[in-house]
Amino acid sequence: MNTTPTAVAAAPTRWTPPRREETWIGWLLDWKPFLIVMCLLPAVGLLTVFLTYPLGLGIWLAFTDTTIGRRGIWVGLENFIWLFEDPIFWSAVFYSVFYTAIATIGKFALGLWLALLLNNHLPIKSFIRAIILLPWIVPTVLSAIAFWWIYDPQFSIISYVFVDVLGWRDTNIDFISTAWPARWSLIAANIWRGIPFVAISLLAGLQTIPPSLYEAALLDGSTPWQRFRYITVPMIMPILAIVMTFSIIFTFTDFQLVYAITRGGPVNSTHLLATLAFQRGIPGGQLGEGAAIAVSMIPFLVFATLFSYFALARRKWQQGEAND
Amino acid sequence: MTDAALADDAPPVAKPQDNQPETMAWETKRRRFVTIYLPLCCFIFILLFPFYWMTVTAFKPNAELMDFKNHNPFWISSPTLEHIKHLLFNTAYPSWFLTTMGVAIGSTFLSLFASTLAAYAIQRLRFTGSPYVGLAIYLAYLVPPSILFIPLATMVVQLGLFDSPLALILVYPTFLVPFCTWLLIGYFKSIPYELEECALIDGATRLQILRRITLPLAVPGLISAGIFSFTLSWNEFIYALAFIQSSERKTVPVAILTELVTGDVYQWGALMAGSLLGSLPVAIFYSFFVDYYVASLTGAVKE
Repeated sequence: MNTTPTAVAAAPTRWTPPRREETWIGWLLDWKPFLIVMCLLPAVGLLTVFLTYPLGLGIWLAFTDTTIGRRGIWVGLENFIWLFEDPIFWSAVFYSVFYTAIATIGKFALGLWLALLLNNHLPIKSFIRAIILLPWIVPTVLSAIAFWWIYDPQFSIISYVFVDVLGWRDTNIDFISTAWPARWSLIAANIWRGIPFVAISLLAGLQTIPPSLYEAALLDGSTPWQRFRYITVPMIMPILAIVMTFSIIFTFTDFQLVYAITRGGPVNSTHLLATLAFQRGIPGGQLGEGAAIAVSMIPFLVFATLFSYFALARRKWQQGEAND
Repeated sequence: MTDAALADDAPPVAKPQDNQPETMAWETKRRRFVTIYLPLCCFIFILLFPFYWMTVTAFKPNAELMDFKNHNPFWISSPTLEHIKHLLFNTAYPSWFLTTMGVAIGSTFLSLFASTLAAYAIQRLRFTGSPYVGLAIYLAYLVPPSILFIPLATMVVQLGLFDSPLALILVYPTFLVPFCTWLLIGYFKSIPYELEECALIDGATRLQILRRITLPLAVPGLISAGIFSFTLSWNEFIYALAFIQSSERKTVPVAILTELVTGDVYQWGALMAGSLLGSLPVAIFYSFFVDYYVASLTGAVKE
């Protein structure tokens, strides 16, 4: 009896520490609140530091006169008052809205058409689908440079076809050297780049429509237009709304295409808000003013986001997933 | 109701059906050609033409490039590698390429790590408010880089990361993490929860479940998210333009636009060769994983 307590006492000292440590860490890692915090920490931390904080900082900068290398002081609405009297700013607002509206209409009309074409039985469908996505995969700036070359005033291939091959025109087409042609040329390039994304997303939506709906409508004697209008359109509406929200947001804040092809020229006629903000902010050094231009995009984006939110809510209600 | 519908629709349909059977086979074949194949060919032609033009220009000698009268511009009479050679040996293209590759790989792994854990927490460790965290991450995707680049530039300078690719690796996850998280939430949703319950009963810890059961089953989702992140970071432009100044640390898209455009006479051959070489890696990478890519694109939209 005398020896056993020591043995027992020795045993726990030899045995418990590793076990207790293991259970302590194991307990902590299995304790849900701790695990949740650990799992969310990297993503939430990254997004807070590099997204939420800069968003607030940007709004603050818009009310200061910060320039590169100098901390600004609070100047209230001065930047905005100054911008509202600036015709270049208003021309950028106009062109951003115009660019977004026309490009979105073009992308969705052509993208929907392409999606409907691809929804048929085709021999090499997956291959076609793969090559159609190429304009979307390739870095925008690099395809924009190709467009820049296609739009060259002297050696444009389109001018060549119209002047020398078809003989429809006598002079080269003016693509980017005057204001309105340049605006339309940029919109065309944006539509070109946007079609694949819209088409492939809408194709995914089209493929979820049960064929039985069309069969039922066919039996009821519907015309193709009626099938499109009363089956296809309502069924892809939820996806269409989401894709359109994304498209509007990223077209409105587009930067690369315009910066690569015209840099806002000729005579500032093709500036979007993003390129104007960059020009004033980074090479121009007026960080406060650039931030004010960027901040003035936010109302448009909030509008687009609300649009998306209500489209999403409607979709859940349609699928009966409201209590998910 | 059905009577009314029949009354409305029956008459116009009855007539075409009478004379349809005679011409149907030939008629539908021709109609199919006009309504499907012809427009589809036009679409493919327009969507691919800039790449064809890029390739043709990249291999043309300068003399031929500017002379449409004597040479058919759609074809190359005497192909040359001069522009590509110039790009590889006279410019810093190899170092731009390595920088871009490093940044793309680094930010892809960082965002995959962060978003896998976040998606797992939101979808599997259901807690009060997890839908709201999911919604907040979704909203983060709607904040475009064009709004953030000015404040981020000041932050990058303050952190002493200006002109360093590390800044790009840290900043790119702002648009990659929301997308990947959203994609992976959808993917985790498709894995049966019963598998995890079994493992829990067998005494596995949560982390063991994540590592041994959920992750192996989610590999296709991880690949999709990874490919998407890689191409997005390869394509990113505005941050790379704003944060990097020294020539040899620029990423490929920025460097081709800012370093190759020199003077008033554009070197179109070199520019097109640069665009081609800058597009090829991502196009090749994409071609290996087309199906995953399409799945992630459409999956994210459907979620």
